[in-house]
Amino acid sequence: MVQALNYLKESASQTAGPYVHIGLTPNFSGITGVIPHDLGKSMLGDGVRGERITVTGRIIDGGGNPVNDCVVEIWQADAAGIHNSPAEHRGAADPAFTGWGRCPADADGRYRFETIKPGPVPGPNGTLMAPHISFWIVARGINIGLQTRMYFSDEEEANAADPILARTRPLRRDHTLVARRDGDVVTFDIYLQGENETVFFDI
Amino acid sequence: MHDRLLNAAREAAGFVPRDRNWHPPALTPGYKSTFLRAPGQALIAFDSTLSERTGPAFGHNMIGALDNDLIHNYARQGESAIGQRLVVHGRVLDEMGRPVPNVLLEYWQANAGGRYRHKKEAYLAALDPNFGGFGRSITDENGYYWFRTVKPGAYPWPNGVNDWRPAHIHFSVFGTGFAQRLITQMYFEGDPMVDLCPIVNTIANKAAIGQLVAALDMAHTTPMDSLCYKFDIVLRGSRSTLFENRPEGN
Repeated sequence: MVQALNYLKESASQTAGPYVHIGLTPNFSGITGVIPHDLGKSMLGDGVRGERITVTGRIIDGGGNPVNDCVVEIWQADAAGIHNSPAEHRGAADPAFTGWGRCPADADGRYRFETIKPGPVPGPNGTLMAPHISFWIVARGINIGLQTRMYFSDEEEANAADPILARTRPLRRDHTLVARRDGDVVTFDIYLQGENETVFFDI
Repeated sequence: MHDRLLNAAREAAGFVPRDRNWHPPALTPGYKSTFLRAPGQALIAFDSTLSERTGPAFGHNMIGALDNDLIHNYARQGESAIGQRLVVHGRVLDEMGRPVPNVLLEYWQANAGGRYRHKKEAYLAALDPNFGGFGRSITDENGYYWFRTVKPGAYPWPNGVNDWRPAHIHFSVFGTGFAQRLITQMYFEGDPMVDLCPIVNTIANKAAIGQLVAALDMAHTTPMDSLCYKFDIVLRGSRSTLFENRPEGN
């Protein structure tokens, strides 16, 4: 005999389903008057520090169709690389920046966030991770939320040294995580399947 | 060395890896919507970094008085939603059994007839003018939450020719880190339709399914008012140990 560990198992994921908007963006779904505004719609407060950017793109399924019923969430550090989170122990983040956004895709499968460019964040073993934004995608037909990351095309040097991008390079898939920057607009399309399938992570 | 180990203040620890055999895989042929939406390549695994060990927090002051009352939060003044009155309550815990305080839960469901208030919903069951189907809570210092609702109805859906969803409530849960982000569904004890559901059966492990079935909780039922179901939710645990001295819990 041996003592039992008595640990618990994580509750198994289930799909967010076709009516995910009721739960995550009730006002968008037409259920108004319950809460004043949908969470995560705005990430920026007055006087936010850093470079303002628009992050946008489309979610595409394996048949080339827009995933028009998904909800996308993003999470990122502030311009100094600090997270606005109780689990952040390195200092106080910019109070005018939430770091978290949530957006329902439109009929073309497009999402859009008004945010700021994050600073670099320390990675494992003394490395420095290139500026990046974490993505989480849920929808009908997605059994467990898909995790990925967006990097910036104007950060070639930092991207080359990034320890997570390095994991995807032997597979020749690192380019799927690098968003194209044109001025203040950063375009990051996400392909769930197929030739251009975006790298998804088990983090 | 020993002293340094005991006194080292480090950032939040990494999370216990997800058991991908416990969760449903991406592609589950019984649930046809997964065919075009399941990634075909292997997920690339790495230990969570600061970017995933941290996550957003929401203040208790954000929550309105009726946010956790689906019977009344969409109803006209003096009216209430139709259906079997329920209280759903439980705790958010991590895999080590520790309560997870101050985290946001959002929940949504069909009305008592099995109809969602959503533009894409085509089921012929009637809408209830007094039922929206959305609510939210933030766990207290013991990881506890509760809300009032009506029991959702079962409903048919286009998958197989005659597939029905058992009565269920959707839950979205935040943890302390973005890597803990979870969406799941709660089912009801004794419902024979749970075993028949293609979405339930995306989960291969019977014990994992059982963990999503809420028990009838007569001890907390309100006499002459509401039945009660208890539903605990478990988020990923962090690997922090007693040997690491941290300025704050994680």
